[in-house]
Amino acid sequence: MDLKELSRELLAKGDVQAVLGFRRGTGGRRRPAFIRRPEEAANLVFDAGCAQNLAGYLTRREVRRMGRVAVAAGPDTLRAILQLLAERQLKEEEILPLALDAQGQAEALPTAQAVEAHLALQAKAMPTADRELLDRLGAMDRAGRWAFWQDQFSRCMKCYACRNSCPMCYCGHCTMDCNRPQWVPEASHALGNLEYHLVRAMHLAGRCVTCGDCGRACPVGIPVHLLTFHGEEEVRRQFGQGAGTSARLDYALGTFRPDDKETFIR
Amino acid sequence: MDTFEPKITAFVCNWCTYAGADLTGTSRIKYQSNVRVLRLPCTGRIDFMLLAKAFAQGADGVIVSGCHPNDCHYTSGNYHARRRWMVYRGLMDFLGIDVRRVTFSWVSAAEGARWAELVDEVTSRVRELGPYTEYQELALTGVE
Repeated sequence: MDLKELSRELLAKGDVQAVLGFRRGTGGRRRPAFIRRPEEAANLVFDAGCAQNLAGYLTRREVRRMGRVAVAAGPDTLRAILQLLAERQLKEEEILPLALDAQGQAEALPTAQAVEAHLALQAKAMPTADRELLDRLGAMDRAGRWAFWQDQFSRCMKCYACRNSCPMCYCGHCTMDCNRPQWVPEASHALGNLEYHLVRAMHLAGRCVTCGDCGRACPVGIPVHLLTFHGEEEVRRQFGQGAGTSARLDYALGTFRPDDKETFIR
Repeated sequence: MDTFEPKITAFVCNWCTYAGADLTGTSRIKYQSNVRVLRLPCTGRIDFMLLAKAFAQGADGVIVSGCHPNDCHYTSGNYHARRRWMVYRGLMDFLGIDVRRVTFSWVSAAEGARWAELVDEVTSRVRELGPYTEYQELALTGVE
């Protein structure tokens, strides 16, 4: 069914108290919007400009207070929702994902199982530019990679846009804000920047759903998403599980197998 | 002072490697004095950032060591640590941090001789690699 039509119906029937989707913003951009009255549903849009992952809003307290929220979701948002369910940050009955196809047709997926089944049919491929850059970095020697990242991080001003845009960065008190003692330097000098990105990548390893919102959010164009993409690939390769595939997934680094294979510990 | 003496920071668990290092001493086995041992309750407690902090504070090499798999005092701390290092080592390498300077190992409380061998080996390797100025210089940019 058409997204606007479906949203109007859900709101009119009282199945949901709000629909989270996109509406027109300034300069031809799309911006996230909460639709709370049936007649406002006509403002919803969904097209190629709606790349942002909306799942991050769902864990917020003010959004929770609205009641049950339907969310217009592309595949990345659906993956993030599954991962949030797996991490027990959302309850199935609090949300109603509306899976969208390229034509803007929406399908309500009321259970985690339905979301899993829907995603199982979708192929996930990394964008070509990201794949190429990852492979190029992998082929470099260590000094080359060091130089690459130091050059990139030299532009970082620690605005934390990458952290704030991430649906998985929901901690109420982030390690970055921990200042007794100051764990990671807050200034954006070379050491502080490296440590920040190291912590962010490590805290998202095994949890990143590779939506790439962090990279899109970066105002100075650092490919920060490659750090978490890399971690995600490592976890997939070594432990055979991927974030955002199931609502019953154990955290890869919070569990173990006695026969985990490594080659470097002596 | 023209010969370079590396600083090695060793993060070890209380129950196996620390006791093992103790045994090295009581057995009167000599080993390189470049290592600074930091005792933690368990390898599972060793936050990955501690390794990065060691480099930032002037370490040229790092050793992380604890109980062999199946021997953990807390049953599973070292298994969790192992997974963490499997991911963290790859990430360090991806960022261009020199992973040859980080040595992960299992040394039990009975392996005093093995601890001495490990420290000697790591010390000579890091001595060859030279000081890790590349990383330590990062810290200097913070204090102007």
